[in-house]
Amino acid sequence: MESTQPPLSASQHSPVTELPSVHEDPSQADHSRLKPGAQLTLMRYLQDLPDAEVPHTDPVPPRFHTGRLPNSKAGDGKPRLLLMGQRRSGKSSISSVVFHKLPPSETLYLETTTRIKKESMHSFMDFQVWDFPGHLDYFDPAFDVDNIFEEIGALIWVIDAQDEYLEAIMRLNTTILNLQHSYPNINVEVFVHKVDGLSEDYKGDTFRDIIQRVQDELSDHGYENAPVSFYQTSIYDHSIFEAFSKVIQKLIPQLPTLEALLNSLCSTCHIEKAYLFDIMSKIYIATDTSPTDIGSYEICSDYIDVVIDVSEIYGWPRGEQNGDDESLTETGNNDAESLITMERKGNNYLYLREINKYLALICLMGDDSPAEKKAVIDYNVGVFQAALKQVFPRAERDAVEAPAA
Amino acid sequence: MNTTKRQKQRKVLLMGKSGAGKSSMRSIVFSNYVAKDVRRLGATIDVEHSNIKFMGNLMLNLWDCGGQDGFVENYLTHQRAHVFSSVAVLIFVFDIESREFAADVISYSSIIRALGEHSPSAAVFVLIHKMDLVQTRLRQQLFEERAEYIRQASESFAPTVEFFATSIWDQSLYKAWTQIIYFLIPNARSIEGLLRELAEVVEARELILYERTTCLMVTHVTRDVEADNPFSDRFERISSILKTHKQSMAKHTGIPAGSANFAEMQIKTGRFMFFITRLTENTNLAAAIPPSEQIFNAARINITLARPRFAELDIASKPRPAVQQAFAHSADSGWEARERENAAAGFVG
Repeated sequence: MESTQPPLSASQHSPVTELPSVHEDPSQADHSRLKPGAQLTLMRYLQDLPDAEVPHTDPVPPRFHTGRLPNSKAGDGKPRLLLMGQRRSGKSSISSVVFHKLPPSETLYLETTTRIKKESMHSFMDFQVWDFPGHLDYFDPAFDVDNIFEEIGALIWVIDAQDEYLEAIMRLNTTILNLQHSYPNINVEVFVHKVDGLSEDYKGDTFRDIIQRVQDELSDHGYENAPVSFYQTSIYDHSIFEAFSKVIQKLIPQLPTLEALLNSLCSTCHIEKAYLFDIMSKIYIATDTSPTDIGSYEICSDYIDVVIDVSEIYGWPRGEQNGDDESLTETGNNDAESLITMERKGNNYLYLREINKYLALICLMGDDSPAEKKAVIDYNVGVFQAALKQVFPRAERDAVEAPAA
Repeated sequence: MNTTKRQKQRKVLLMGKSGAGKSSMRSIVFSNYVAKDVRRLGATIDVEHSNIKFMGNLMLNLWDCGGQDGFVENYLTHQRAHVFSSVAVLIFVFDIESREFAADVISYSSIIRALGEHSPSAAVFVLIHKMDLVQTRLRQQLFEERAEYIRQASESFAPTVEFFATSIWDQSLYKAWTQIIYFLIPNARSIEGLLRELAEVVEARELILYERTTCLMVTHVTRDVEADNPFSDRFERISSILKTHKQSMAKHTGIPAGSANFAEMQIKTGRFMFFITRLTENTNLAAAIPPSEQIFNAARINITLARPRFAELDIASKPRPAVQQAFAHSADSGWEARERENAAAGFVG
């Protein structure tokens, strides 16, 4: 057995980490008891759904991990993701597939978006997705530009890689240049979309060409080092989820902390790759800093499906347990966990642990961490979970209050 | 148990009109295809034979018969005795979308006649396929109408023929094939009996025995409260979940889908605990048990201990008994060691 010492010193203060904080009755949550600090973005997102609906009036502005103040007045603090791009570039398809679990093949039947569609997402993190019709000119004086772009978390610009993209790039550049005067800190994320239809070579060429053109033009206008990132995406595989994961990660102020926690968990338990997943959207909000490949993301994402599907089948409410429920109440774990060991040597082990209502930790382990070490891993993941509660103090509040109740 | 232990060859005919989906379903059930892969399949020329080893002493000798008129003509004339003799099961596939349903049924009834001549004791399963193409609310009615019409044409098989509505896009295909396989397994009763005993011992809510390569259910035992489970199609659903998972592991790890098996999968939640583990060479056992660590660990040990008895039922004694034994043994010892360690850890904690 290797070190059973907690690798994460952050956790040591809290002796009551076993409390099932996230399974609490949502009606018990009380706003007045929230500390001001809890207003800071993600802690609030960890609250139960009904609370999430209530806009906060506290004037403390949300902070983003870029360290810069976002372009926000008071507002409700929900980061906003703007989906923009030419018409028929696939904006509505993206939002339907990622946030509504529409099968990709069904997106053929989506109607053209004619007005701005605003959708609120309640998950580990509350955010709004605004789906823009492609034909609008947002800088027309008729639009309330401030209303659209204030409080924005990220601007996602979708470019159809299978189509003529010069005009799309032109409009993108106009948008960036217009925005940079009033809202210089907006993250611009460019999705080079529908790459599934392109051959490997052509895909790479197109991608590089688009990056080149955007950057050239921006620097021609004296705008160097613009906060623009590029992703190749397709709704027919997992790339769109991965791209969204990266976009969302930028909006999480605690990301460096999360990464550090995951890193230390990985090195202690010889985990190859650890992901912190948002269960519902299958977006990962953090991973350790070792190189990511899409394959391991896909395995984890499919694995969540397996666990959820099985849980659906056997997790039906059984009502009153009769007879020997003494032993039952004693031991059932509140947080789901799961483990898959593969038959052949050299294959990965998969480990999943529910961290709270919205998040799950998934670890890929190589064969140097065989199942015998599971106890160690269990323990360390428990420590990780406790540390996470400190990162998101709302859970800590539960831990303090619950004994009194 | 001294039942007949020789290798049982069971001849299974897969027939139906060209394009009805015979080869597609065969590829999905037996060759680890996913639904969208079947686009790659071309027309079947003449008969494609495949031998599928299933549950040890059961060997499926599957005849995938090309459905073009020329071939069918040939089966019914020159090859009549060759094709239709000693058939255990005929699976006939109808395409629900077919424009010439009446003609399909005529072809069906001439095949049935040939079957009646050469293997009167065969079982007939009719799959009405591609149901996904029909609107949901019309499905049941259309299925019943067609089934009744086909039954009329089934001659001597009319009382026994069984009908299934299937689609490769959902678990209905697994449901149908599960029934067919269950019919073919020679010692299903004794397996079931043993499984029930085991379920009592380990206090499982449910035990499901799956064939390993196809993920088809062999049989299941449900106890007490689990009988109220609202998901009556859960066995097929788990089949389908397992299959999908296998695909995904194969795809992302680069190992062939045939060998991307997991040794064990466990899921523990506050409401239930569930694990799937290997039982014998050809079967996986899925167990849903109450949410308790003790019961969980005890169940795993007991299932490990029960392995040899199931292996006896499963594996034919004739071919290479020594190898089989050694294999089973080495697997066991590994498991037990791990088991003990886990149990010990559980007590200490």
